[in-house]
Amino acid sequence: MKLYEMTAHQLHDLLARREVTSREITESVLKRIEDVEGRIHAFLTLTPEMALEQASAADARIQKGDQEALTGIPLAIKDVICTRGVRTTCGSHILDNFIPPYDATVTEKLRAAGAVFVGKTNMDEFAMGSSTENSYFGPSRNPWSLERIPGGSSGGSAAAVAADECIVSLGSDTGGSIRQPAACCGVVGMKPTYGRVSRYGLVAFASSLDQIGPFSRDVRDTALVLNVIAGHEPRDSTSVDLPVPDYTHALVDDVRGMVLGVPRETSAEGIDPQVAQSVEEAIAVLKKMGARIVEVSLPHSSYALAVYYIIAPCEASSNLARYDGVKYGFRAGGTQDLLDMYQETRWQGFGAEVKRRIMLGTYALSAGYYDAYYLKASRVRTLIRRDFEAAFEKCEAILLPTAPTPAFKIGEKVDDPLQMYLSDILTIPCNLAGLPGLSLPCGFSQEGLPIGLQILGNLFQEEKILRVAYAFEKNTEHHRRKPGL
Amino acid sequence: MKITKQEVDHVALLARLKFGETEKERFTTQLNTILEYMDKLKELDTTQVEPTFHALARTNVLREDQVLSSNPQDLSLSNAPDVDRGFFRVPKIIE
Repeated sequence: MKLYEMTAHQLHDLLARREVTSREITESVLKRIEDVEGRIHAFLTLTPEMALEQASAADARIQKGDQEALTGIPLAIKDVICTRGVRTTCGSHILDNFIPPYDATVTEKLRAAGAVFVGKTNMDEFAMGSSTENSYFGPSRNPWSLERIPGGSSGGSAAAVAADECIVSLGSDTGGSIRQPAACCGVVGMKPTYGRVSRYGLVAFASSLDQIGPFSRDVRDTALVLNVIAGHEPRDSTSVDLPVPDYTHALVDDVRGMVLGVPRETSAEGIDPQVAQSVEEAIAVLKKMGARIVEVSLPHSSYALAVYYIIAPCEASSNLARYDGVKYGFRAGGTQDLLDMYQETRWQGFGAEVKRRIMLGTYALSAGYYDAYYLKASRVRTLIRRDFEAAFEKCEAILLPTAPTPAFKIGEKVDDPLQMYLSDILTIPCNLAGLPGLSLPCGFSQEGLPIGLQILGNLFQEEKILRVAYAFEKNTEHHRRKPGL
Repeated sequence: MKITKQEVDHVALLARLKFGETEKERFTTQLNTILEYMDKLKELDTTQVEPTFHALARTNVLREDQVLSSNPQDLSLSNAPDVDRGFFRVPKIIE
């Protein structure tokens, strides 16, 4: 096995036994990037020099016996998370020259842990999209099938882990942007509970929904990254002041007696038969392992998409008002007055999907429409939240598919925004309720495309999700399959 | 029609955006399709339901008013497209 193919915990053990150096691991990963990145386009910015410096620093730390779980481990960060001194574009023309003067909290924590940063990953512009096709810099490609999308919006982070261009990565999830690309690329992706991870330095899309989380090749690595990034932090007043457990303690290969819910409504929502079959098989595996499977009901889930595509654009239209060509980013030239400068800058600086959502949000919040759209959606959001409250009285975690289909072809849905939005139909309810959710590989389509099983937990019940995911992974082989790059 | 081309013009101005004729045409059609889909929500009677604006009900996170370090002026201006003597410079506002 090549170094670049390994998991963070495997590499940690090799580093601890001094069988390998972080510099060797980092060089192996950088060489891998050189070999495959031309076909994948997972990255917007590569930082090999910084990576090698961090690797040397990590080696010095390990020599002194000061090794943490991610010390010396090469990872990638979605380009919506601020990295001091390293360009952070959000996949947008309007920020294509933006160099943050500060680190996001998660970046700071990873630096302190001694991690190695290989680069910033591609994404749909401002995290709006399900395919990376909305990136100003062009789409990423799915390592399992290069003419297909890797999912989105964190498609670059998912593709980079699947293509072995980094060991783990960070993404952000507002309506499924970690879980859906994880499913498309056959890796593990987790959205923690809203408030579990500080959003300070995460460029805001929809602030009541956004959350940062990890991508990895197995469940143990997800727990290890979560251990580093989770926790309260005063610079994000919505981060929650609860103790952070050691998530690796949840990694128990035993689901006997656990009660797992399967929503009755899932089957009604136009799920690809191969996806439905793989998820049914996964449920059967967990049942055989001793979990008790019960039917639960989420009667308002069919309204979640409409709720989300009102609330998220409303919040986005407000958050994205800051891009005015004055303080940072792109400014259009040759304009006549201030209003003209604002309009030209934003017209030229934003892509079509971002403009569509700003328009939707501005319209839905404008005088005369607020009650009919934003307020109405916020009331239905309560009903969706209550559905989950009732379901979690009957079960400890919920099982459902992550995405309705395996990865679709690049270009297939770009002209029909509503069709594209339907990719998120199974991931959105979790964000609206603030819940944690995880996707992990549970099968492959006949064409060899990965299929994801989604596990949702109650608020701050990440450990239950990790336990189910870990036990499932231990008893199946799906996560061992690699794309033939 | 949920939203007319005139309304698109008005909303674009509110959002400090602008569109060319063909782009406007396309946006109007797409926005109408999306807004029609939103009509689904009208099926539900929500008169007795309180809205959720945040998944976790938190209000007023308070802290001491302390002086902490912040980014220096030159760093804060370092990404600006047009800077003059420590200020952001913008096109003329007043005639």
